[in-house]
Amino acid sequence: MSLAVEIAFKLNGSPVRVSIPATMTALSMLRDQLNVTGTKYGCGEGECGACTILVDGLSVNSCLMFAVECDGRELTTVEGVAANPVNDRLRDALVEHGGVQCGFCTPGMVVQSKWLLDKHPHPDRHQVERGLEGNLCRCTGYKKIVDAVCGAGGSNE
Amino acid sequence: MAVIAKDSLIGRRIPKMDAPEKTAGKTRYVQDMKLPGQLVGMILRTDRVHARIKRIDTSRAQALPGVHAVLTAADIPQKPIGVNKDNPPLKGDKVRCIRDEIAAVAAESEEIAKAALKLIEVEYEDLPGLFDPTQAMQPGAPVIQEAKPNNIAMVFDYAHGDVGAGEAESDVVVEDEFYLHYVTHCCMGVSGVIADFEPTSGNLTIYSNTQVPFLHKREFSEVLGMDPGRIRIIQPPIGGGFGSKLDIYPFEPIAVYLAKATRRPVKLVFSREEEFIASPTRQPAIVKLRSGCKKDGTLTFRTVDILLDNGGYTSWGATIPFVMMQTFSSLYRVPHCLYHTKAVYTNNPYAGSFRGYGNLQATFAVEQQIDKMAEAIGMDNLAFRLKNAQAPGEVTGQGMVFKSCGFKECLTTAAERSGYVQKFSANAANRSKPSARKRGIGMASMLHVGGGAKIYPSDGCGTILKLDDFAHVTLITGASEIGQGSETVLSQLVCEELGLPMSAVTVVNNDTEITPWDVGVHASRTTFIAGNSAIGAARKAKEKILALASKVANLTPEQLDMRGGCIVRAEDGEVVMPLPKLLRSLHFSDKAELVMTTNYYEPPSVHQGKDFKGDVSATYAWATQVCEVEVDTDTGIVKLLKVTAAHDVGRVLNRLGLEGQIEGGIVMGQGYALSEDMVFKQGKLLNPAFRDYKLMTAPEVPEMDISFIESMDGEGPQGAKGVGEAPAICMAAAIANAIYNATGVRMTNLPFTPENVYRALKGAS
Repeated sequence: MSLAVEIAFKLNGSPVRVSIPATMTALSMLRDQLNVTGTKYGCGEGECGACTILVDGLSVNSCLMFAVECDGRELTTVEGVAANPVNDRLRDALVEHGGVQCGFCTPGMVVQSKWLLDKHPHPDRHQVERGLEGNLCRCTGYKKIVDAVCGAGGSNE
Repeated sequence: MAVIAKDSLIGRRIPKMDAPEKTAGKTRYVQDMKLPGQLVGMILRTDRVHARIKRIDTSRAQALPGVHAVLTAADIPQKPIGVNKDNPPLKGDKVRCIRDEIAAVAAESEEIAKAALKLIEVEYEDLPGLFDPTQAMQPGAPVIQEAKPNNIAMVFDYAHGDVGAGEAESDVVVEDEFYLHYVTHCCMGVSGVIADFEPTSGNLTIYSNTQVPFLHKREFSEVLGMDPGRIRIIQPPIGGGFGSKLDIYPFEPIAVYLAKATRRPVKLVFSREEEFIASPTRQPAIVKLRSGCKKDGTLTFRTVDILLDNGGYTSWGATIPFVMMQTFSSLYRVPHCLYHTKAVYTNNPYAGSFRGYGNLQATFAVEQQIDKMAEAIGMDNLAFRLKNAQAPGEVTGQGMVFKSCGFKECLTTAAERSGYVQKFSANAANRSKPSARKRGIGMASMLHVGGGAKIYPSDGCGTILKLDDFAHVTLITGASEIGQGSETVLSQLVCEELGLPMSAVTVVNNDTEITPWDVGVHASRTTFIAGNSAIGAARKAKEKILALASKVANLTPEQLDMRGGCIVRAEDGEVVMPLPKLLRSLHFSDKAELVMTTNYYEPPSVHQGKDFKGDVSATYAWATQVCEVEVDTDTGIVKLLKVTAAHDVGRVLNRLGLEGQIEGGIVMGQGYALSEDMVFKQGKLLNPAFRDYKLMTAPEVPEMDISFIESMDGEGPQGAKGVGEAPAICMAAAIANAIYNATGVRMTNLPFTPENVYRALKGAS
């Protein structure tokens, strides 16, 4: 069994102190250790974006990040995005534009879109498509997700 | 008194009921569940393609602290599963493909389970491998499954008319061989199951991603030798299905055996690599097609010979000929048709069902030859299609009856909206110009079951509906929600009947102890079958409510209606009383009654016999899709620019959900045609990762122009047909036709990756 390490960080605004194996990923820590399961495992190698979280405001594939690297940082998961009413506009847009089907990619899409809108509050369609390029969805064909993020950013194109 | 005007929910854009909690990350999929005392289950898979198992030693794994059980074939009853009952959950004598399950562990953690798998020693005697279905049919070929010494797993034969006579009256005959490759579902949620067995009661609860809970229950009872009454299947929300969860697969009984051995809940979830290697694929196929027509464009005959690589075991993939034959025999009027398919065992992986169920493969062949024949007789291919297209009232050689049929409207709508005829000629004329980038436009159409498919003696679905004393409806349906939006459209249909807002409904659809029987989510059947079932239950409730209201209001039930949560006068909408008040008066009165109804809907379709003739679906869906591409002849890169789609959906129920199905299907079909490809070498998958198996991403999505043809099907719920599979079906065929239009090169082999297209353009193999 691998060495345990104690780390402390902020998760969705609240302080967390946790002892984790040194080899654990941030994704496993969230899901298996802290039981914060909104963030999904889709591929485990940074290709699908289902595990996207924000670390100090940057969008990160949590499956590629060691849990120990979270020490001293501020993590935001889909639960944290949803807890802030500021983001209701984005979530409502995803619902109303039909950007959700099976929903398994949705947490990653929500977090990535939140990051995108923080960076570009009024993105054009091309920026949204490129911004979501690293998030795979097998159900929707992406159009309605892109529509939603454009809509949430106040742009129809 | 207040007045409520008549209103309708049909055709509206209604968001998915479960979407808000999905955007909050609150939805708990099976991957997210944790039962008290739960262990981690994991499977040891072979690394050999064909070998005899000489010895398995699990002693070192058993001794590892934290390991609670290690099972091999010796520890469980040898009850094979699958369509041919040829697939034992754990293989004991030999392995037949790379995914084969040979041992399983249950341990305290994933880390321990992985370590335990590494401690299991297996000794093999390698056997010669077979990776080409043509070779597998040769006399003297190694035998894969001892019960089938000629390696032929399944044969389908069908005929109508006399193809010899058809050929004799043909002016043009075309013949091609098409090759269709391996792809896989890539559900974003990987396969997973939790088995929870309570030995004292004998109760088994399975938390499963299945699309077919009631068939699954039967399969489990057979393989486990258990009383089905002790088996309960609960479906947590499902992270994508697309047909992948239509069969029972070895990991599921393995999880149950681990739970029985340890007396603790066992959760078994795949890694993505395992999902690529060990979940089903789309059925690959080699299609030899010979078709003829007269000079005036009348189709004369079709002869079809198909070879399917069955892999080492048999799942639903082997049965796709059942669907493929419908396209060959009945998409167009074909007076003579002869059809033969074989599925042959090899040491490759095996295929399951996948959205479209063989129809992508059949349509790929049929629609390319339509263009070829039209060109050969010098006829515009749209006119050729219209000349042979099915129309309402037709009965096909296979016995399908087209009561409603918007095929010709699909053809003309997609052609007009895309400017098909003009662009087709302009592109063909531009072929010889020096530019490396060529534009092409291509068309394909499809026919698919749209009112269920009676592949079992029943194709029914049950509904239980209850209203509480606040007029809140609980809709208990057998139909599963796999992301396609069934709970929303079923609620909509119920609210339409009862004059209630969408917020008045809660759906219960995921527990075999509660929900009434349903065949499952397949064959694009849920909106049609479960929809009719739900409407029937709602109408029974309405009848009961209005009968009571008529006594209170001193009006006949016919003079009353339900609108906006109230009982109203039908003629002018004047409110008689709020519905909750009426309901309370029912069960607080001496009548002591509740409004609870049940309904079982069985579609008026036919379970076909061995000749595959009969009207297998209550209705049929039609579509035409036009694809516009740019082909870079220097690199072989094909860019899909625009898709113009026209779908006969019967009637639009939920416009938002319908568009979502069509758009998602188009992009899935785009991936099938252009980028997705499971690359096998000697039975081993070389690209079991999204890094090397390319799904479409947001920037690659084409412009989509989608039209709905409303043929108002007489049997459909509010006139609607099923469309779940339809949008994926035409894409590869339409793109192939577009590449031909751009370059003059006919692409008979999928996929159209840059390398394959480049080689085809340069005439290299």
